[in-house]
Amino acid sequence: MRVAVLSGKGGTGKTFVSVNLASVAQNATYLDCDVEEPNGQLFLKPEKVSTLPVTVPLPAFDGEKCTGCRKCVDFCHFNALVFVRNQPMVFAEVCHSCGGCTLVCPEGAVKESLREVGCVKEGVAGDVRVVTGILNLGEVSAVPVIKAVLQKSKNERGLTVIDCPPGSGCSVMESVSQADYCVLVAEPTAFGFHNLKMVHKLVRLLQKPCGIVINKANGEYPLLNQFCAETNTPLLLRIPYDAKVAERTAAGQVAVLQEAAMAEIFRNLLTQIRKEAVQ
Amino acid sequence: MKIAIPVDENKEAVCVSFGRAPYFLIYDDKTETSEIKPNPAANAEGGAGLKAAQFVVDAGATVLITVRCGQNAADVFKAAETKIFKAQDGDAQKNLLAMLEGKLSELTSFHAGFHGRA
Repeated sequence: MRVAVLSGKGGTGKTFVSVNLASVAQNATYLDCDVEEPNGQLFLKPEKVSTLPVTVPLPAFDGEKCTGCRKCVDFCHFNALVFVRNQPMVFAEVCHSCGGCTLVCPEGAVKESLREVGCVKEGVAGDVRVVTGILNLGEVSAVPVIKAVLQKSKNERGLTVIDCPPGSGCSVMESVSQADYCVLVAEPTAFGFHNLKMVHKLVRLLQKPCGIVINKANGEYPLLNQFCAETNTPLLLRIPYDAKVAERTAAGQVAVLQEAAMAEIFRNLLTQIRKEAVQ
Repeated sequence: MKIAIPVDENKEAVCVSFGRAPYFLIYDDKTETSEIKPNPAANAEGGAGLKAAQFVVDAGATVLITVRCGQNAADVFKAAETKIFKAQDGDAQKNLLAMLEGKLSELTSFHAGFHGRA
């Protein structure tokens, strides 16, 4: 089963929930798709780490064969190609690697070279397989790295936890694309609630079953409870704010490995997710 | 020599945006005439600066007068050897005159692009 953990707003506790969930399940895989800030590794501290580069195709032009017909330039929907001084110029960070220019060139003058945009690291932490996607600084699109991370979950029998990026854009959509169930982590604040509604809309649109975890849940936030009832979304868990847990988390420790009570909470959450996911 | 200037909807004022300006004024010093042409990049989803740069280069302009310009478009103009001058307050005609009188300075700093942020 693949469980995606997402939140809309950053800092609500996606990684906290993901890491602890993966740690209580047996032989789980933890996939860090928050490739701009892959922090799961700071808690899980994987060992025996191997690294694979992630590359995307980038067109390269053969000046001998190019006749300057501009079919490639006219075709490029992203305007990554500009025709200057009788040759096409490519703008790497604008290119979406669709391969269209290679297809439309009647002269076979376009070849694809490979450009590195990030890497995927894989290691183990106890019985958790830890896969971390890392996007190179300055890159515009996280999607190729996320795709490479998700490749690592294929044919997985046990639990796979997908730690998603914040927001509700392309990179989040890609991260939840293969999920069987989505856990939406929310803070009981106006800001947290607003962004929760956005990711809720996204996962409903993608027809993914989902449930809500309220983190730092001190006091009631009636609008959030009302939303769960109105949209028929199960409220899976409320995690009250605990300074001790926060302190341990800040020190890079995994809460469920430190405290039996926390382990019990997350085991129950996992049981509930399993129950909800099959419905 | 042809000179390109991004202009607003009123076709007179210099547009603060280069890539997404609705029109370009193209002046030809041989015939001493100006033409207003719609910018094909005005509503581009992405890469508007590059598409507008392509338009300016294809129009045969060797000089561009603009308020600002992104780094990608600037790279195109460098390759095309198109000179970029910084627009001053006032409309396109005034800037055109200032340019012809040698009163405009070259634009040397380029922004990283807004990419949907502005």
